[in-house]
Amino acid sequence: MRRADALSAIYAELESCVVVTIMGAVAAELYTLGHRPNFFYLEHAMGLASSMGLGIALSRPELTVVVLDGDGSILMNLGSLTTMARYRPPNLIHVVFDNEVLLSVGQSFTTATASGSDIAAMAAAAGIPRTSTVHTVEAFQQTFREALQAGELTTLVAKVIAEGPASYWIDVHMLENRFAFQRYFRSLRPPTGLG
Amino acid sequence: MPVSIAHSQLIYTALKQCDVRLLSALPETWLVHLVALGEADPDMTLVWLAKEEEGVGISAGAHLAGVKSAMLMQNHGLLASANGIVSLAQLYRIPLLMLVSYRGELTEPLLQALRIPYERLEEPHHVASRIRKAQTLAEAALRPVALLLCRDLMWEDDT
Repeated sequence: MRRADALSAIYAELESCVVVTIMGAVAAELYTLGHRPNFFYLEHAMGLASSMGLGIALSRPELTVVVLDGDGSILMNLGSLTTMARYRPPNLIHVVFDNEVLLSVGQSFTTATASGSDIAAMAAAAGIPRTSTVHTVEAFQQTFREALQAGELTTLVAKVIAEGPASYWIDVHMLENRFAFQRYFRSLRPPTGLG
Repeated sequence: MPVSIAHSQLIYTALKQCDVRLLSALPETWLVHLVALGEADPDMTLVWLAKEEEGVGISAGAHLAGVKSAMLMQNHGLLASANGIVSLAQLYRIPLLMLVSYRGELTEPLLQALRIPYERLEEPHHVASRIRKAQTLAEAALRPVALLLCRDLMWEDDT
């Protein structure tokens, strides 16, 4: 499946979620579908999107948090799978787009998933209660919707082709994105769930 | 040997007075009482990490979502967090309140190189005010700030 099509298939559902994406193709493709104040594109800090999502999910249990991660990114922070599993926030959906390469560097730089490392299996072994790997847009959309309904920590691995967007341009400066994202939370009722 | 329970309590109370409601930590001898206080506190969310850099992401998420947090780490944890501190917290102007056990001589040069303001916690009488000032600086300047937990504060005299 193409990642852009997969994003398009869940775009409507993302309106009511808090979304943290990794940098590069994922961010650009989501942005191209239409930016929203509840979308945060994590540039530079490769590997930390899932940790940010965990911090938000623990802080705001009344919100549904969706992390749009990548194979290269989660492989940099595999311990995060065990930390997410340990605290098991029911309001966190961790999507991993697995294209088996470090796309922004080049098609020839494969990640370990190209030689068989299985992210969903690692997530399950880490203790994440719901995990699956999907290969089609239809299966992705359905599994994502099921995860939203289930209200249980999920790692959903979507096998996608190694294809980037025509443009990586995002006309939202990273600090503009950061402050607007923070303001989005302030526009909701204050956090109550901690502790 | 003992790590000071009284001084750990002093630090913990100061963090509570700063409205810190989420603590991330990795097990470390000097921090045992501090994290035990966090674990016993129903109003505190204590997150045990696999690696300290995760704590940067967690604190960043908590900050944007409206929750004050602090990170407890060994000096090794500071080294392990350096990329996240620079590429997330500093680039995105995220306040971090980092309490670092001061166990290695590279700690201060590293903080200076990363342009992270820091103070030492050495004496019980300045613990509350220095924690308060560090958090105020982090929140006002939107940047990481470190407090060095020194041996004289964290350990009780054996004699």
